[in-house]
Amino acid sequence: MSTVLSQRGLNWLRALTANAAAQPGYPASVRVVDASLGGQPARYIAVVPDADNRFPRASHGEVGLLEGWSLGRALDEVIAADRDAAVKRTVVAVVDVPSQAYGRREEALGIHQALAGAVDGYARARLAGHPVIALLVGKAMSGAFLAHGYQANRIVALRDPGVMVHAMGKESAARVTLRTVDELEALAARVPPMAYDLDSYASLGLLWETLSVDAIEAPQGDDLARVQACLAHAQADIRTKGSDLRGRLGAANRAASRRVRELLRAQW
Amino acid sequence: MSDLNALLHSRSFVELGARQRVAALLDRGSLRELLDPFARIKSPWLEAQGIVAQADDGVVVAKGTLGGRPAVVAAIEGNFQGGSLGEVGGAKIAGALELAAEDNRNGIPTCAVLLLETGGVRLQEANLGLAAIAEVQAAIVELRQYQPVIGVVAGPVGCFGGMSIAAALCSHLLVTREARLGLNGPQVIEQEAGLDEYDSRDRPFIWSLTGGEQRFACGLVDAYVADDVVAIHDRLLAILEQPGEALPRSRQYARFLDLLGRYDAVPQADAAAVRALYQGDQA
Repeated sequence: MSTVLSQRGLNWLRALTANAAAQPGYPASVRVVDASLGGQPARYIAVVPDADNRFPRASHGEVGLLEGWSLGRALDEVIAADRDAAVKRTVVAVVDVPSQAYGRREEALGIHQALAGAVDGYARARLAGHPVIALLVGKAMSGAFLAHGYQANRIVALRDPGVMVHAMGKESAARVTLRTVDELEALAARVPPMAYDLDSYASLGLLWETLSVDAIEAPQGDDLARVQACLAHAQADIRTKGSDLRGRLGAANRAASRRVRELLRAQW
Repeated sequence: MSDLNALLHSRSFVELGARQRVAALLDRGSLRELLDPFARIKSPWLEAQGIVAQADDGVVVAKGTLGGRPAVVAAIEGNFQGGSLGEVGGAKIAGALELAAEDNRNGIPTCAVLLLETGGVRLQEANLGLAAIAEVQAAIVELRQYQPVIGVVAGPVGCFGGMSIAAALCSHLLVTREARLGLNGPQVIEQEAGLDEYDSRDRPFIWSLTGGEQRFACGLVDAYVADDVVAIHDRLLAILEQPGEALPRSRQYARFLDLLGRYDAVPQADAAAVRALYQGDQA
């Protein structure tokens, strides 16, 4: 079986950081690069495929044991380095993650805890005042996205059929819900949170911005300049408006999420 | 004889529904449920799919006291849609934790207990379930700065998917022998990775890797308690009395990266090798 490994995450990471050197000491699947955004220091992080990953179920860019804990480390370093800084540096998660790693080694060694290490790092960075931005350039699936991107203050997605957010791949989702893939797709067309396309996802109000680019596989020129301008705008917006996740609750398709919070507050 | 008496008077926690569990833990007379079933806040997504919604969306949230301390308890009902979290149930948990954190900023030391029986995201509300779980996780990390957020996985559903990550973010985590805790459900691993990797029908194998006893032996949870209402209640109060100052497990990347660096990942994993690694007695 030949699987074409996505290089989007790596390509965008390199383009956004002008090919700056990655921080040493991380596994080959976790690239951590210190560069700048809009003239301010920023740390860029991507999880990328590593065909030689020691854990074979994490060799296609999945977020596995080493990846989860290493993300936690990359974020803790930033938090510690800026502990006394007046302006906390920005973190940009470049997201192209096909899934969490599905495997026996992973479950046995506690992949849930490793992914919690990553979530913990992103959430604490946000709470400490670091602007955290996720840039979706490929897949952002399930536990992998929870660990790498979903704690961001602002989520920016590129408009492309290969950019996809979902809780589970179609085949597995069909199996778990006792449906055929055809039935699943028919329902997804009517129920926006079940859909696999980016427009449906955008209707949930979780994205801060979407951008079209001409060549998503090869970031350069105008594409790169517009994405960088958008990320810088997000950075400035976070510095003005604060670091919580309230900006995600505005869409009509999230009316119930707002209503629950209003009623809880009234009854609290 | 006293053992026999204890046995005769013990009351199973696992057999209780979500609402009964909350009532069994909070101080007598202190319970006040928020958004109870009469509020009729149901899932807006299930009925269009021919699934009967539930008036509490399978999540019970109550305020009260625990040993006299202000507390909020959220319990997931494992019997409704496999304990899966959709938009409303997820918002109930996240919203309650957010308000508890706000209490703390206002000088009220509200702590939280999460009773987790869940397969994770409700796939019928896929992306809104995932978003809600991200918000639950954010709120756990936020509240944990001030007060304990104690997770309890009693069983029989266990705790999987994004909510296993949420469990792993809690300041303290309790399990019973009936609990399982893991990221990916056995069927999904089998679907994605094949039968040789993970046989979802081999129950002893799955329990040996993800069961409560193994997770405790590996130090991936803080307490292994009997399936007994009094035992679980007393352990919760003991934690609140003396929460300790250990670094939360989800911050221990240095230790886990060191251990994983020494782990031989070539052979397939088994329970004994993982115990040996995490108990620190592997050469």
